[in-house]
Amino acid sequence: MGRPVRIVAAGEGGQGVQAIAEILAEAAYEEGRQVLYIPAFGVEQRGGVSLAFLQVGDEPIAAPKFEKADIVVALSGRAVHRTKQYVGPETVFVYDTYAEVEEKDLPQNAKRVLAIPGLEVARKELHPRVFNVLIMGAVVEATKVVTADDAKKAIEKRLGYKFEKEPKLRELNYRAIERGMDLVGKAL
Amino acid sequence: MQVSPAMPKSWRRDTKPHKFCPGCGHGLALKALGEAIDELGIQDKAVFGCDIGCSLLAWDFFNVDTVQTHHGRTIPVMTGMKRARTELVCIAYMGDGGGYAIGSQHMVNAAARNEKITAILINNTQYGMTGGQMAPTTMPGQKTETTPYGRDPEVAGYPTKGPEMVAAITDERAYVARGTIARPRQLKEFMKKALQNQLDGRGFSFIEVVSACPTNWRTNAKETWYWVEKTLPTYFPVGELKVPEALRAGGGAKNG
Amino acid sequence: MGEGPITEEKRMFMTGNETVAWAALAAGAEIMYGYPITPQNEIMHYWTRLAPKHGRLFLQTEDELSAGFTTVGGVLGGRRAFTATAGPGNVLMQEPVSMAEMMRLPIVIVVMQRGGPSTATVIYSQQEVTLTTLGGNGEGFRIVYSPSTNQELFDYTIKAFNTAWRYRFPTFVLADGYQAKLREPLTIYDPAARGIKMVPTEAYTGRPGTPGIDRPPGQYRNTYNTEEELYEVILGLAAEYEKMAAEVAEYQSFGTEDATVVVVAHGVVARAAKDAVEKLRKEGLKVGYFRPVTLRPLPLAELRAVAGSAQKLLIAESAYGQLARLVKEAIYGTKTEIVPLYKPGLGVTSEEIYARAREIVA
Repeated sequence: MGRPVRIVAAGEGGQGVQAIAEILAEAAYEEGRQVLYIPAFGVEQRGGVSLAFLQVGDEPIAAPKFEKADIVVALSGRAVHRTKQYVGPETVFVYDTYAEVEEKDLPQNAKRVLAIPGLEVARKELHPRVFNVLIMGAVVEATKVVTADDAKKAIEKRLGYKFEKEPKLRELNYRAIERGMDLVGKAL
Repeated sequence: MQVSPAMPKSWRRDTKPHKFCPGCGHGLALKALGEAIDELGIQDKAVFGCDIGCSLLAWDFFNVDTVQTHHGRTIPVMTGMKRARTELVCIAYMGDGGGYAIGSQHMVNAAARNEKITAILINNTQYGMTGGQMAPTTMPGQKTETTPYGRDPEVAGYPTKGPEMVAAITDERAYVARGTIARPRQLKEFMKKALQNQLDGRGFSFIEVVSACPTNWRTNAKETWYWVEKTLPTYFPVGELKVPEALRAGGGAKNG
Repeated sequence: MGEGPITEEKRMFMTGNETVAWAALAAGAEIMYGYPITPQNEIMHYWTRLAPKHGRLFLQTEDELSAGFTTVGGVLGGRRAFTATAGPGNVLMQEPVSMAEMMRLPIVIVVMQRGGPSTATVIYSQQEVTLTTLGGNGEGFRIVYSPSTNQELFDYTIKAFNTAWRYRFPTFVLADGYQAKLREPLTIYDPAARGIKMVPTEAYTGRPGTPGIDRPPGQYRNTYNTEEELYEVILGLAAEYEKMAAEVAEYQSFGTEDATVVVVAHGVVARAAKDAVEKLRKEGLKVGYFRPVTLRPLPLAELRAVAGSAQKLLIAESAYGQLARLVKEAIYGTKTEIVPLYKPGLGVTSEEIYARAREIVA
């Protein structure tokens, strides 16, 4: 069936990068896929760059680390810098326009470079807190690694207890996934 | 617009903003220490030793020679350096784990031998950098990652009273105090006396600092200050426990 | 003790650290002693949450010296006790392990390797191989398993308790920070349901009856007066160790019979090695794969046979030649060339091993 899909997500600690990867990993696992997710971060409890490596496939995943990703998502300037090593000619590189990056600092060797206004849209239309969920939607659309439905189910599983207290949050999160998918759909 | 807050002269500006969490007590304790170093004029002689834990982030904090040691080993490293170079002002900075758990044997022995170093211990009642496990100073009922149901004194004992212990095993030449980030000026004065004790060649000085870790306490700003000002002091009372004669009445004279 | 913690086989998606906690529970571990050090902290976090529900105990000690010695104490008392550590904690652990080595105490230690030496990184490495296989001030009479998947982490943690109590040598499960933190599927089970019988523990101290009256006293020492005495003791230990080695040594290999190049790797790196060798073989290249599952004792005969027939051994590890050092000692006398792929503190990818093997295969 070919090798697994390889995803790298990176951002500042606190932006919710690990949450994105964990939710996608759970979603893929529940779908019966083979999954390996490993986080990487520094010693600081807050701040510092946070990276997540996720692989989804049909065979048991070989190793936790790999050379080049199929998709890289970078949510801050430092994250763009930190993830360049995972970009190859087959890589789709997605970054948030909030990360003020100059053209010259973007990877020059990627298959596609997509800028999406994730934080801007989250702020204007949703809530800054669901920024990472919006980004997750973008990853789902770009990789088709899980279905939108399964992503929603996984979010429900993780945050369901919060949604019970505040049902509006459920709508907000689902909307964020859809908006993220939208933004990538347009950019692609 | 870049705002540059007033920083002690002995701080290194190019490593700011520092890497501690928002609301961390280290920033305030290190500011008090920086001011004490400035006011005593010892930037050129001070050596700052830090432990492994959140204090390790201070390895490039000051414009003062600094050594990042091993967990619990800051006191012996500073002891060894002081005995080799008595003119240096050796400061051993650590957390509650570094001083009362893995480093406790070194604390006890340095105190008993009256080593002429200054030990400063940041007490935030848990192990911060490793993710919030129980510390010797964790309070009864306090939930931590290794006491998820609350610290049970029947199983894990009561919080360590470090300055009380050090005061009990040292003689009249030692300076022992417990300060708090809630009273930074008082903390600075305690630190000045502690360092003066070393400068005078009199003996061991030890300050525990009641501090905060909102990240692992999972408290907001209001709750954090309540913990620091009201909760912790019920187990860790603030004040001086032992003051050599010469350091009282604001004196620093070398005749005690 | 009542019903076990795992009543039926269950497919789980969890991290290595959580896996270890479940395995220890499943194996009937009764008490864990430990001290915080990244990246194994979550073993304690999960154990402290699960333990009270299953009547198990825990103590966070003041440091790793204490964690090791309290584990020794628990074992002497006849309980299935264990501990876990990493990096500088593993360095401290060698003192209590030396005592266990001399006194043949069945302690189980889980190690999640991180960068070294000193505090280095909290992340990952395979740099504690020398320390874990040959640490302490003795001859290294200990058993070291090197699992490479979370499933194996579960299987071998359970096995470690049995190996330790059956052969009475300190037994390590040597994993690493990647395995500790990575999340992948595995199946957890009750060992009894799979026909795995846990070797019963036995008390060294506090047996029923009064010493000197109902039974001999349990008197254990680790000191000797003369060189001659010690010599006899060590030869005795060595004989027991050699006997055990034949039964305990484990390995996995494929494609070595006709291989000119054999890739040798252990732990998590062996996964990348396996993937690389499978690809190379599909391309018709004569590359083999050899993975020691026990680093101590090494599967000597099989390793020597592979070294004897291959021209080159490509040794891939996240250390500066620690696995290679063990291999070289084991294959002394054979003419095979050692080709290093040393990446201390850094992960090794399947692509790297593939590229290097391709370069050197005739």
